[in-house]
Amino acid sequence: MFAFRPLLTALRLAIFSIIIIGLVSFVFIQTEHKIQENEHQALLQSLQSLLATELYDNELSESSIQLGDITFFRAYKANKPSAVIIKSTTHQGYSGDIQLLTALDSNGTLIAVRILNHQETPGLGDKIELKKSNWLLNFTHKTVEDMQHSAWAVKRDQGHFDQFTGATITPRAVVNEIKKVGLFFHNNKTQIFPNLK
Amino acid sequence: MTYTQIISNGLWKNNQAFVALLGLCPLLAVSNTVINGLALGLATTLTLALSNSSISFVRHTIQPEIRLPLFVLIIAGIVTIIELFMHAYFYELYKTLGIFIPLIVTNCAIIGRAEVFASKNRVLPSLVDGLAMGLGFSLALLLLGGMREILSSGSLLSQAELLFGDVASQWKIILLNDYSGMLLAALPAGSFIGLGLLIALKNSLENYFR
Repeated sequence: MFAFRPLLTALRLAIFSIIIIGLVSFVFIQTEHKIQENEHQALLQSLQSLLATELYDNELSESSIQLGDITFFRAYKANKPSAVIIKSTTHQGYSGDIQLLTALDSNGTLIAVRILNHQETPGLGDKIELKKSNWLLNFTHKTVEDMQHSAWAVKRDQGHFDQFTGATITPRAVVNEIKKVGLFFHNNKTQIFPNLK
Repeated sequence: MTYTQIISNGLWKNNQAFVALLGLCPLLAVSNTVINGLALGLATTLTLALSNSSISFVRHTIQPEIRLPLFVLIIAGIVTIIELFMHAYFYELYKTLGIFIPLIVTNCAIIGRAEVFASKNRVLPSLVDGLAMGLGFSLALLLLGGMREILSSGSLLSQAELLFGDVASQWKIILLNDYSGMLLAALPAGSFIGLGLLIALKNSLENYFR
């Protein structure tokens, strides 16, 4: 005889799944707009915190240009390019992607670096956050020549940037990513700032 | 079972971390400082209270064959909803705790309480059980976090501002000046050893007072 009971059980499981998916979707739709607003606000805030206000007079979040998977926010002062903030993501982190903002002046010299998002180990790899340690300040004023030099690496790799106790992969990923985007900007400047001589 | 029994079970007699040895994955991973431990403990307590009460609420419609997938479904749904709410309305707190929230799903103490308690009891006792078990788990996280933080960096309550806001930025207590740190305590191995020592302490306390 055909067994109905397993079918009914499966049906019950399906109904529960639909209810819960419905609940999660409902909350997702309700919060989606607010979450995007928060993210946008946080991005704006971190963009503004990277550059001193006398460096630019345009709306940073509206002057972006996308090359590959890297976003460039261009800063102008009196219509002349003054600086750029590069938003990029490295996949070399210890757990998941690390999203960072790198601010460079128009010569390619580093102004500041900030971490936007990461999932590195709390207490070990998360010292890349400025909130938790001053490590990120090591990069300030570094030039294109510094980035081309072989010492642009963590100490474990015979470079001159500190790694953290118990975490080498995280700082290595950040060091490499800054070099990558810094040199990318240097080599593609005319494309990012078409009117720069 | 009376409420007093439920509470004393959760906090001490059947403490999920020290006695049942459940939820070790988040416990060992996020107990490197007091603040991290406390934050995960609070989030776990909230999840336990919500999952226990909702599972107890639908307990008569759950057939035994499908109870485990259903528990997982309900717990994962609750954790996702908590995460979305925090992301939308407590953005600063989310940025700090965000990485811990998904870890709660891996806490088998939650499914354990669903199976042992919530699926067999009324809603209110299940809610109390969830809260008590959660607080017991938080207690373990706090003790282990404190122990590891002292040993690994010689301080307590560092970065309290992440959880309590700017008023807490001065809460950090430096216990040992010029302390060079003990890496073992910060690493996962130190976590296992620390938990072992705490369990030994709990057992010897019980033997002593018996």
